Amino acid sequence: MKYIDEYRDAKLARSMAAAIARAVDPAASYYFMEFCGGHTHAISRYGIEDLLPGNVHLVHGPGCPVCVLPVGRIDAAIRLAARPEVTLCTYGDLMRVPGSKGTSLVSARAAGADIRMVYSTHDAVRIAEAEPSRQVVFFAIGFETTTPPTALAIRLAAQKGLDNFTIFCNHVLTPAAIQNILESPDVRELGRVRIDGFIGPAHVSTVIGTDPYAFFAEEFAKPVVVAGFEPLDVLLGVLMLIRQVNDGRAEVENEYGRAVRPDGNERAKAEVAEFFELRKSFEWRGLGFVPYSGLRLKEKYAAFDAERRFGMEEISASDNPACECGAILRGVKKPADCKLFGTVCTPDTPMGSCMVSAEGACAAHWTYGRFRDEVREAS
Amino acid sequence: MSVKTYRRKLDIANGHIDLSHGAGGRAMAQLIADLFHTALDNAWLRQGNDQAAFDVAGGRMVMTTDGYVISPLFFPGGDIGSLAVHGTINDVAMGGAKPLYLSASFIIEEGFPLADLKRIAESMGAASRAAGVPVITGDTKVVERGKGDGVFISTTGIGVAPGGLDLSAEKARPGDRVIVSGSIGDHGVAVMSRRQNLSFDTEIVSDSAPLHELVAAMLEAGGAGLRVMRDPTRGGLAATLNELAQRSGVGFRLEEAMVPVKPGVAAACELLGLDPLNVANEGKLVAVVAPDAADTVLAAMRAHPLGRAAAIIGEVVADARRFVLMRTEFGGGRIVDWLSGEQLPRIC
Amino acid sequence: MCLAIPAQVTALLPNDMARVTLEGVSKDVSIALVEGVSVGDYVVIHVGFALSKIDAEEAQQTLALLAEAAALVAADL
Repeated sequence: MKYIDEYRDAKLARSMAAAIARAVDPAASYYFMEFCGGHTHAISRYGIEDLLPGNVHLVHGPGCPVCVLPVGRIDAAIRLAARPEVTLCTYGDLMRVPGSKGTSLVSARAAGADIRMVYSTHDAVRIAEAEPSRQVVFFAIGFETTTPPTALAIRLAAQKGLDNFTIFCNHVLTPAAIQNILESPDVRELGRVRIDGFIGPAHVSTVIGTDPYAFFAEEFAKPVVVAGFEPLDVLLGVLMLIRQVNDGRAEVENEYGRAVRPDGNERAKAEVAEFFELRKSFEWRGLGFVPYSGLRLKEKYAAFDAERRFGMEEISASDNPACECGAILRGVKKPADCKLFGTVCTPDTPMGSCMVSAEGACAAHWTYGRFRDEVREAS
Repeated sequence: MSVKTYRRKLDIANGHIDLSHGAGGRAMAQLIADLFHTALDNAWLRQGNDQAAFDVAGGRMVMTTDGYVISPLFFPGGDIGSLAVHGTINDVAMGGAKPLYLSASFIIEEGFPLADLKRIAESMGAASRAAGVPVITGDTKVVERGKGDGVFISTTGIGVAPGGLDLSAEKARPGDRVIVSGSIGDHGVAVMSRRQNLSFDTEIVSDSAPLHELVAAMLEAGGAGLRVMRDPTRGGLAATLNELAQRSGVGFRLEEAMVPVKPGVAAACELLGLDPLNVANEGKLVAVVAPDAADTVLAAMRAHPLGRAAAIIGEVVADARRFVLMRTEFGGGRIVDWLSGEQLPRIC
Repeated sequence: MCLAIPAQVTALLPNDMARVTLEGVSKDVSIALVEGVSVGDYVVIHVGFALSKIDAEEAQQTLALLAEAAALVAADL
């Protein structure tokens, strides 16, 4: 597979591991947060930790839109899907995310709700067109990578004059989340989370470009290296970050130049700007309310907004008190630190979203990496 | 005086199943005779009884039962009919037994096209003849429209195992080798490519095949060294190895570079965000073999058409935590775990 | 939510769509978000949409960086 296999070459991997081992200052330690869930998944799946020297640590960040969706939004979607006239269309990732009291979209479907998994937003529009008596709602979720496809779906629905298509909008923004983390007491004052630099998201950056990260590099003096998802991309990105830290630089660098340009994808940005506007504030699991971090449809397109059409109320629901998803998303704790990890909470019986989403830190650790944990007391 | 009996022929081309086909009367008898018996034809069915009789062979009898509810019914490389034959034969064969006979029960939804039913029955007949394992008895029921997904097929297979053979999921021991008979993930990808909401085009066809002759060759080559065999269907290779690890109380260590995956399967999995290790197979087996028998068994497999791409992919180790671990092609380590829930194409 | 994969455009289709192929597996995707796509180009696909064209030269440069880092280490050994 071209542009894939070259970046998975095992021989190069060993050389890169050696290069990284040579580049680090043995007296120092390095903490890099990989913001994006796609990186979390790749790091676990390829066992990249095994290739890094002991003084390089990767901290998982909140860049998993499924993981950061608050319980209340899942409850709201389940309530919506329970309406007999509603067909809820969703990406597969959301099907098993726990809502309150052990509910989920999967259990709602088992109880009779019309919930259908789609691969693409266009599939949802097609369903709306084919079934005019159904109120088709698309559960829109994702960072900047996934927002343009939602915008195009609305454009398509508008073109076709569909009056039975709406979206339940949960799109969120990367820079706002990065800022929230960097400004959090955990990082700024308490030193509970040490971050020396960021591995910047790959495909979010194809849309927003690398320019938006300059702010963080300057304001917080943290280097940002945008890296692709293939394992060699991650290793090269880590090497570039190590060099910056050693040199005392805090710049934005682009390892993923083959797909990411400095200004990103203008067309995609324009589509998003046409249909969406910033919410003043949006709740993130683990981060609380983050200002200007979420999107909603503009008034002009209110007809396509499920929240307005169905008068959906804000449901505030809390996580299981023992669930450490919040702390894990902020990088304060690791999956193995959570009391529920591996006992009550497993991918088959998830308590929190970090365990459901394939790129959640807990799911990634459980699925690929838990063999590295010390043996826990036999249960 | 001769009385001519007239019987209108089944309208295969345009007809549909209706409730009378399950009612026990003439319509049902005609369906069974003209459609099922014609396609599956053998001496037992020609007798037209509700049961089939045969002499019991010496040795241990092996019996298995299976249900087929696949959707879509027709996929590249097979259909629910051929799949039912192959799957049932394989379950018997995994116990080391020679499959002898099959039974098949059909639950058909009202409105199901006769042309499709005939196609399925003929496919079943062809698969059964090619494998040398006849379907000697069956049953037919019809349920109202909306109460069945086209057709469900339920089977039973019986066979006889050679004396002294004791294959079991508990028998894997540290040092044993793990052999897979060929490329993984073919069936699941072929079926998914026909799922409406995931449509992608591919030349990958299902690997659905009867493995009993491959198994016979393996038994002849190194029977004493075989610990257990299993066909990794739902849940894929990952599920099977984890089951064996749990039952035997051991761990597995695999080499990703040794696991055969066709490029088209790898690509389809990339597009859908799936791991080939979790994807179903219907014509492959995993064998755990004592170290001194591994090479002989492998050679016997590679000499057989269904085992050309057989490979040793790892070994059994002592592991109290019963992990199935894999060294990635990349050099790092990762767990190969059960899939949780239903297999959903990942977007993230 | 960022799983995206590079695939080659093998045909342009009406309504801003294109057929992409990866190792013989083909899928129809939207190219509405990427300008100037031609048959033979590689694009990054996410949830049925092309988001970016792969820049072959940049790809080469990245591979060169990797090779360079590898060479430095090899020189040491």
